[in-house]
Amino acid sequence: MKFWIRRIVFYLVTLWAAISLNFLLPRILPGDPVAIMLGKLRRGGRQLSQETVDAVTALLGGDKGSSLWEQYLAYWGRMLNGDLGVSSTRYPTPVGELIGQALPWTVTLVGAATIISFVLGIIGGAWVGWFRGTWVDQFVPVTTFLQSVPYFWLALVLVAVFSVQLGMLPIIGAYDVFEYPAGPEWRPAFFGSVFVHALLPAATIVISSVGGWLLGMRNMMVQTMAEDYVLTAEAKGLRPSRIRSAYAARNASIPSLAGFGIALGFVVAGSIVTEQVFSYPGIGKLMIQAVQGLDYALMQGVFLVITLTVLAANFLIDLLYGFIDPRVRRNG
Amino acid sequence: MADLLTAPADTTHALAVSRARRTLPPLSGKLITGIVMIAAIVLFGLVGPLLTLDPRDAGFDPLLPPGPAHPLGTSKLGYDVLAQVAIGTQGSLFVGAVAGTVALLLALIFGVLAGYFGGAIDEILMLLTNIMLVIPGLPLVMVIAAYVQHTEGLGALARSSLLVALVLGITGWAGSAVVLRGTARSLRTRDYVAASVVAGERPLRVIFVEILPNLVPLLAAQLIFGVIFAVLGEAGLSYLGLGPTGSITLGTVLNDAQTGQAVGSGAWWWFVPPGAIIALIGTGLSLINFAIDEIVNPKLRLAPAAARRQRRARRSGRGIGGEEAIA
Amino acid sequence: MSGPEAVLTARNVSIEYEVDPPVRAVRDVSLTLNRGEILGLAGESGCGKTTLAYGLNRLLKAPALMTSGSVTFHDRSGSDIDVTGLDGEGLRAFRWDKISMVFQGAMNSLNPVIDVRAQIFDIFDTHRRGMPRRDKQARAEELLTLVGVDPARLSSFPHELSGGMRQRMMIAMALALDPQVMIMDEPTTALDVVVQRGIIREIMRLRERLGFAVIFITHDLPMLIEISDRIAVMLQGEIVEEGTAEEIYRTPQHEYTKRLLSSFPSLTGVRGDFVRTGVSQEGLR
Repeated sequence: MKFWIRRIVFYLVTLWAAISLNFLLPRILPGDPVAIMLGKLRRGGRQLSQETVDAVTALLGGDKGSSLWEQYLAYWGRMLNGDLGVSSTRYPTPVGELIGQALPWTVTLVGAATIISFVLGIIGGAWVGWFRGTWVDQFVPVTTFLQSVPYFWLALVLVAVFSVQLGMLPIIGAYDVFEYPAGPEWRPAFFGSVFVHALLPAATIVISSVGGWLLGMRNMMVQTMAEDYVLTAEAKGLRPSRIRSAYAARNASIPSLAGFGIALGFVVAGSIVTEQVFSYPGIGKLMIQAVQGLDYALMQGVFLVITLTVLAANFLIDLLYGFIDPRVRRNG
Repeated sequence: MADLLTAPADTTHALAVSRARRTLPPLSGKLITGIVMIAAIVLFGLVGPLLTLDPRDAGFDPLLPPGPAHPLGTSKLGYDVLAQVAIGTQGSLFVGAVAGTVALLLALIFGVLAGYFGGAIDEILMLLTNIMLVIPGLPLVMVIAAYVQHTEGLGALARSSLLVALVLGITGWAGSAVVLRGTARSLRTRDYVAASVVAGERPLRVIFVEILPNLVPLLAAQLIFGVIFAVLGEAGLSYLGLGPTGSITLGTVLNDAQTGQAVGSGAWWWFVPPGAIIALIGTGLSLINFAIDEIVNPKLRLAPAAARRQRRARRSGRGIGGEEAIA
Repeated sequence: MSGPEAVLTARNVSIEYEVDPPVRAVRDVSLTLNRGEILGLAGESGCGKTTLAYGLNRLLKAPALMTSGSVTFHDRSGSDIDVTGLDGEGLRAFRWDKISMVFQGAMNSLNPVIDVRAQIFDIFDTHRRGMPRRDKQARAEELLTLVGVDPARLSSFPHELSGGMRQRMMIAMALALDPQVMIMDEPTTALDVVVQRGIIREIMRLRERLGFAVIFITHDLPMLIEISDRIAVMLQGEIVEEGTAEEIYRTPQHEYTKRLLSSFPSLTGVRGDFVRTGVSQEGLR
């Protein structure tokens, strides 16, 4: 119990830190984001309401009237109200709405790809580790190469081969925008289009990240197999499959779970660029648009949401970890 | 006799003996391959630009496939791709080296101090480290870059590769810090450290003289991680258009390729080589890392080797009976 | 009553470590274990006693390989099993059912992530397929009571048990299938003296009751003299002396045996004087 309370407290503290970071960065780093943002909003001779100007200064600083602390409190007020400001690149859509549209795409694509990658990596790693010293060891250098391939380059290569050369899979988008110009529809054919469009992006993420899991698991497997309890299990005459799963793999997977948080960082980075290559309408692409267009409000909002999602994923993994390793439940 | 390493009761003793005897790492295939790869690429990055055409000369015919005049063809704007890739390698390695070093220094400070001192210092440093760890790296870098790069006052620095390297280094130390802390913690309990402390050595001296030397293989491994992380990170940033504008790196070449519709027009010679080199940098470093892993953790090398030996001997008829223990 | 009946016979067993150059860990060793007796195997670290024991049960870790010899198990049903010829399913069925082992340092012999009950049930699931859960539970509780551990501890995880309790668990598991031979490799070395005593007593008691034979491996020769029926002394892969405990104690033949015996200090008397007074009245270490 103590273990989980500690973890929850940690995530809350991290969330607070992320929000505070969002608040501090535009004010601390050199530059005048407020002027830039207002400039962009006013582009095309638009008139801005005082409300909008207030919102921008609240987010990015530049309010000479109040102290830093007062601004900080005001910022928190807005955050807790869910007011993330208005986007400059997609004026006048509120940031929250843009995120709401994009988030489901990313969560399903990246979520599914990460789970597949993790499962394949762990199972593959267990297998390669179990058969160490045989020809299976040859897999290791290959996986090392795959692990080092930059996501977006792999994406480009996959597109070049499958979309341009072979014409088998679509290049961009989450679904066929020409077939469904009005947006998503709840029809089986639509899901078919979604699936086909998700294949290459998902393949990119899976191929790039599976190597890391596999190598880590393989190394742990080799180490675990040298432990006394595995030899004891063998002496007991247990079946190899049982030893491999319950005695070796289960223990070997623990560090992989523990390191999931770090690995998730790479996956997030990779999926952002992957979404860019495939013009996949997820929050990664939104983030890129925001940064390239200096849409600071959108940028802050997306950063926050990405952080929240990562924290949630970490928490889920923590739950799984506590379930698998009983020592953790007791030590806290 | 050093190979009594795998006898059940003698493992610890024999390992201690062999560690004392060996100062250089055993030359496994992976280590050699990795070192050769990295050496070749570094050589290419350092010497290549001197031998190729001028990467900034846009006077050539655009989109030429590889040929005798241009071994890697030309880009859409008429640049020689090989020249760009050569100087791009140099640029990427520079960013990787700087960022990796910065990250390692920060990781040392946060990790070793936390691990050595323990207590409140440990708690605070670890909390900061864990927060840095969980907050997603690339988005954070993008945010910082977005603010900093459009600053009037910083001038040329704002979009230079040095700045990109610094930002990557400042955001990428957390993982190494956790690892270093763990090892520092366990080293702290060793006898020779306790002896120094009892003798009245000041903490900093203890850290420098007793603990750091024992961390060297770990530091090397973390530096390698840091460099890989930075090279990939810079490539990603440049690809997204947030990278350095003044200098040419492998990432900027890929960005040019993307905006120049390299994929659509089938100009594979433009976008395949830069990415391949990044992948090879990563692979070479990973292989070295793997080899270091096997040194720090001898079981990783010994167990597969032992299994191979056993099988080979059995196949040549030396053994009687069937299988023995799998593990 | 008929003479001693052999339950395990090893003839000319040689085991090699396939390194460069190969190391002969066990050289042409022949050994007989009689039904229900305790055979002590003594020697210093690295003499090959553990390797021999592993070899008897076909548990040699790479790169060890048995290069010659035969090991025969004489089942109480009367049939003989050629242990070195077993493979696959046959070997798995043989293990633990006929010969079980208790390893050195129970600290690590138990799987840390599943509870003790699951680890005992694993044995039944493999060797007694189809055994109903109720029977498994009953037998598991019976085993724990046998070694003096509260049956409620079945739900514990290994890290929740003390060192002594873990070792008892190992012994309980080793008895699960009513084996005819138990090989114990330094089962008490990692424990403190008081717990050591308790475990040894437990083993003796169990042997009285259940009648299995024991190969007891340790460097502690005095302990062996106390508890063993017969003792074999190993040095550098060979058995240099073999006899009853009495014989070894009173009339050791080989130089090494004599050295071993005299290197353990006693609380009284000349031997071990050095430890008490700082002055040695003997020329030995």
